[in-house]
Amino acid sequence: MPKVTYVSDAGEVRVVDGLVGDSVMQTAVRNGVPGITGECGGVLSCATCHVFVDEADLDRLEPVSGLEDEMLDGTVVDRCPNSRLSCQIKLSEELGDLRVTTPEAQE
Amino acid sequence: MNSTAVAPRDTGVLVVGACQAGIQLACSLREYGYTAPITVVGAERHAPYQRPPLSKTLLHAETSPDAIALRSEAFYADHGIRLVLGERIIRVDRGDGGAGVAYAHSGRSFAFDRLALTVGARPRRLPVPGADLAGVHYLRDADDALALRAALAEAVDVLVIGGGFIGLEVAASARGLGCEVTVALADDRLLERAVGVPTSEFFLDAHIRRGVRVRLGAPPVRLLDDGHGRVRGAELPDGSVLTADLVVVGIGAVPRTELAEQLGLTVDNGIVVNEYGLASDGTTVAAGDCVACPPPVDLPDGPARIRFESVNTAIEQAKTAAALLADRPVPYWAVPWFWSDQYDLKLQVAGLSTGHDRYVVRGEPDTEKFAVLYYRGGHLVAGDFVNRPADFLAVRSALAVGRTIPPEAATDTTVPLKKLIADDPRQAVA
Ligand SMILES: Cc1cc2nc3c(=O)[nH]c(=O)nc-3n(C[C@H](O)[C@H](O)[C@H](O)COP(=O)(O)OP(=O)(O)OC[C@H]3O[C@@H](n4cnc5c(N)ncnc54)[C@H](O)[C@@H]3O)c2cc1C
Ligand code: FES
Repeated sequence: MPKVTYVSDAGEVRVVDGLVGDSVMQTAVRNGVPGITGECGGVLSCATCHVFVDEADLDRLEPVSGLEDEMLDGTVVDRCPNSRLSCQIKLSEELGDLRVTTPEAQE
Repeated sequence: MNSTAVAPRDTGVLVVGACQAGIQLACSLREYGYTAPITVVGAERHAPYQRPPLSKTLLHAETSPDAIALRSEAFYADHGIRLVLGERIIRVDRGDGGAGVAYAHSGRSFAFDRLALTVGARPRRLPVPGADLAGVHYLRDADDALALRAALAEAVDVLVIGGGFIGLEVAASARGLGCEVTVALADDRLLERAVGVPTSEFFLDAHIRRGVRVRLGAPPVRLLDDGHGRVRGAELPDGSVLTADLVVVGIGAVPRTELAEQLGLTVDNGIVVNEYGLASDGTTVAAGDCVACPPPVDLPDGPARIRFESVNTAIEQAKTAAALLADRPVPYWAVPWFWSDQYDLKLQVAGLSTGHDRYVVRGEPDTEKFAVLYYRGGHLVAGDFVNRPADFLAVRSALAVGRTIPPEAATDTTVPLKKLIADDPRQAVA
């Protein structure tokens, strides 16, 4: 079972067991992890699921799609090189555990 | 159970309706520090889920309602939210100060100190002969979607009645499944109440390009029986007949106001609430599709109240109502927005274009990537965006902070809209 570690902007850490096939966004929202809103349910419409991915995990992820790339340009907290929309990161056994930091605000 | 019983003071909040608004209300109450009991009662048997996928992925993929659940089971327990499913509240009795007891169809009762209504809306019924034939579907909840998915798998000719979001999303999904699809509607343009003329025209062309037939200004006057109680088609006002073995009706939704009426609350196309989500009795709160509230943005000469059906509105209104119940009132003031996915087209709409006197089109609609920005009295008030998510986000943020984008500059697609956000001339002139 892949684990996702969510670190808040203020440094609080929450570790959640994720289900294979769920996204990092779904895992957060369903379990009430603050800092990720995910209003559109993961269809690249809201940009309220912005996260900063731990540098060590970044290269293991699928690349950013064109639409995600455009959305990242409009997030409320400005994009960084390790920014991703967490609804686009699907958990899998191969990917294993992940660690992300949530921005100060999503809306 | 004695129907005049008055609840003791530690029974907390009862939320009637367990979907987008109801679950948000419960979650926000806890977030805002509310510590008394919270009970959420919902009529549906499924764990609370998201509605948007019902007309999209759920129709063409083997997804189950569990996959679109809003929260995990453990979440409710961890947050002290008592979730009761499969119970429809049919009557509420009240004592003094807002406390009372709600009764479900099954006879179960739920005492409360404060009542929250998040009962949503039901599909508007098609008012023509033949509308109750087998093969005529509506789409509001997960069970409707599962039934429609099964029917679509067998269908050849699909007739969609209505040219709003649900109708067009179903048309797109049915087309994706290889069905022949016709959309027939009363209005003269698609998405009439939701988007401006250029966006309507674009969607008309886009659906036609993908093989959908569209009959504008042609609301079916009668559905035809195949002789065995199943639908075989529809008659249009000009007497012509469309053949269909499956009909999907998407002609809008009607707010569920019967409990509010029974409680004597003011109702006018929705439960009337103020900017804090408070109903006319001064104690019940309400949020989501069942609510008519003051417009959450400046609308000079606009309607006194609006009912806006979207996920974002349900969430924001629920937060507002929760804040009031938690004694931290903050008026509802937010830029409404929503999205729709049809084929490979992503539509995002921000703001209210009601009463605009000017618009500019950014990009070329034929490329299926463009935006329309709406202005009223020189102020940016709204935008429609097709496959232009960065522009959508720029306009949503500009509107949220009362800034604008100069219309002349907005048509240059080489400059990101985000770079054009400027102070509103209203402020500059003053
Ligand atoms: C098919 C479909 C697709 C959509 N797509 C989009 C989209 O792409 N983007 C977007 O922004 N919005 C979309 N929407 C709109 C959005 O889903 C709604 O605005 C939102 O769900 C409203 O939430 P709500 O909680 O107010 O009402 P609802 O979701 O209707 O929930 C109300 C709940 O209350 C329950 N209930 C009612 N009466 C009682 C009672 N007496 N006792 C107990 N329970 C009761 C109902 O069973 C229901 O579960 C879509 C809606 C539909 C139907
Ligand atoms: S959840 Fe909406 S963009 Fe990720």
